[in-house]
Amino acid sequence: MAKYELSDDSVVVIIGSGAGGGTLANELCQKGIKVVLLEAGPRHTIGDFVNNEWAAFSMLAWLDKRTASGSWRVAKDFPNLPAWICKTVGGTTVHWAGASLRIQEHEFRTRSVYGAIPGTSLLDWPITLADLEPYYAKAEDKMGVTRTNNIPGLPGNNNFTVMYWGATRLGYKEVSTGRMAINSRPRDGRDSCWQMGFCFEGCKSGAKWSTLYTEIPKAEATGRLDLRPRSMVLQIQHDASGKVTGVLYADPSGAHHVQKARVVAVAGNSIETPRLLLNSHSSRFPDGLANSSGEVGRNYMRHLTGSVYAIFDRPVNMYRGTTMAGIVMDEAGNNPKRGFVGGYHMETISLGLPFLAAFLNPGAWGRGYTRQLEGYENMAGMWLVGEDMPSPTNRVTLHANEKDQWGLPIPDVHYDDHENDIAMRNHAFRQGDAVYQAVDALRTIEVPPYPSTHNLGTCRMSANAKDGVCNKFGQTHDIANLFISDGSQFTTGAAENPTLTIVTLAIRQADYIAGEMGKKAI
Amino acid sequence: MIRKGIYRRQFMQGGGAAAAGIAAAASGAVLIAPDGAWAMSLSALGQHEGETLLQVSRQIYPHPNLGDMYYAKVVDDLDAKAKADAATATLLKNGVAALDKAMDVPFTELSSGNQLAVLTTMESTPFFQTVRGTAVVSLYNNPLVWRFFGYEGASFPYGGYIHRGFNDIAWLPKPPESASPAAG
Repeated sequence: MAKYELSDDSVVVIIGSGAGGGTLANELCQKGIKVVLLEAGPRHTIGDFVNNEWAAFSMLAWLDKRTASGSWRVAKDFPNLPAWICKTVGGTTVHWAGASLRIQEHEFRTRSVYGAIPGTSLLDWPITLADLEPYYAKAEDKMGVTRTNNIPGLPGNNNFTVMYWGATRLGYKEVSTGRMAINSRPRDGRDSCWQMGFCFEGCKSGAKWSTLYTEIPKAEATGRLDLRPRSMVLQIQHDASGKVTGVLYADPSGAHHVQKARVVAVAGNSIETPRLLLNSHSSRFPDGLANSSGEVGRNYMRHLTGSVYAIFDRPVNMYRGTTMAGIVMDEAGNNPKRGFVGGYHMETISLGLPFLAAFLNPGAWGRGYTRQLEGYENMAGMWLVGEDMPSPTNRVTLHANEKDQWGLPIPDVHYDDHENDIAMRNHAFRQGDAVYQAVDALRTIEVPPYPSTHNLGTCRMSANAKDGVCNKFGQTHDIANLFISDGSQFTTGAAENPTLTIVTLAIRQADYIAGEMGKKAI
Repeated sequence: MIRKGIYRRQFMQGGGAAAAGIAAAASGAVLIAPDGAWAMSLSALGQHEGETLLQVSRQIYPHPNLGDMYYAKVVDDLDAKAKADAATATLLKNGVAALDKAMDVPFTELSSGNQLAVLTTMESTPFFQTVRGTAVVSLYNNPLVWRFFGYEGASFPYGGYIHRGFNDIAWLPKPPESASPAAG
């Protein structure tokens, strides 16, 4: 493992070690480029993971204070936990469920396909599906996605069996265990899935892809990665010409250092990434770095989300096996006749009793609620994940007066559901109910959104510099050697779970950065 | 199934409507089960607060077959929070006083319906939210409680469910191989 001097201004500094940052780090190291990877969280091993929801949450979640505002239900239920993402080496790839779907062709050009929808800031991506296809193929191979590269699908668990029969009896055709970055056979030095459950608590078999035990050790094996855990970046610095020169960070002892850099890539997830750019304001850039458009922090998206649980008269034991065990894709297309644009997926989900009690109906109490919980053994569940509308007023801003442990303003995450989101969620609830009623559910329970796990769009890519923060390679429009390398780049959210696309963009971005460095353009 | 049956009997023994008795101890209050099966000492909360909070917890998350000892764990966790933070101790003590004052009858003496009515008027208060927020973790994160609901907890020590029933549902046919291939 490499150790670079703080004064070494030939390194690429990457902030965040999740799907975007961890992948970019490995891709650059494989090309012979020196990388300093700064991660705010500690480095855990698979052995540290615990099959216990609250203990794992305390170990892995990003718990630094944030506030939520706006009319979304999360602001009421979880006023200080707008997002459920990770602060650990590997980032949110430690926590993710593994669903790996390509964005659909039309979802890259939503402004053209959906039209001008009042209250939205819809915009076509500056790239197409065809641009990404070769990189999607590389990402699927890297991650070992089932049903690609001759990798068999995973076996469905009980929760999937209930979904399968309900969905197919309702007439849905595209119902399967889906494309998952979870080994169905041993591959790439990792075991196949033990059907443990606890996918959100860190995969103890290593069957699920995570940068923690794939990209990062592979990057370290090149001798070019200098990984610094528990290193919180506080500010990106620049010179008189406006180029970035390095980052100010706090080490595990709290001491401050400046790491010089040739290139800085920000991959802190879609709340911390814009927050860092905004907190890096200077006399030259009073509104924050890369923010001449005023778009930094805006167009925050978090997917539709919602869940439907159903109680049957016989056992299901939904918690056994992979959390996201199967998918219904029939509602994923754009069919405005349903009363909304865009689409959604139904994906199985399960929670253990500790989390179900906290999340089935946040804040609920009394006998009516506990009677639902007593149906736990006979319960099946699905998560509804669909495209939400971008809006300039859904945004991450710096809190007016609250500061974090480093004295920096904490982020506020403001979100209002668009009427399209409300119509889509209503449709998804109705269809989810119908799936379970088709297999004779005693009752169904419609569950409001959990804290956001898919945080997107706050530094979006755009063809025109006035419409977004970065170009089609994630390079910021304003500063040539500053890159956005996570889901913040997404121009619109699409209906698909975003990790595969984040990894795909990181692989593509690595080619671009290496090329630009080779040409001495950056 | 045998193991589950034993757990269920334990719950039945611990359950019922009987309130926990209270006995004084030199270091503070002690909650004791009527049959002497368990006891728990409190350090920051008094006897009356302890007994009241146990009944409040039961009203918030009532499970008729769940014994008082599991609700006593909620009181234990509230006591720990009160010991660590004086403001929480004051919040809980004042909250109990407000419950007693609501109908000018001590909360523990109120009928179940009146207890529910009083708590409903207080559900937006920081006191209620503190008790509820503690109870939702203390009660449902207790491994002894899980068996009552059919939740099996950690599976890693047993090799997951790949050979232990992840797809053992008996009341629906197996999905076709194309949708759900066999395990490798």
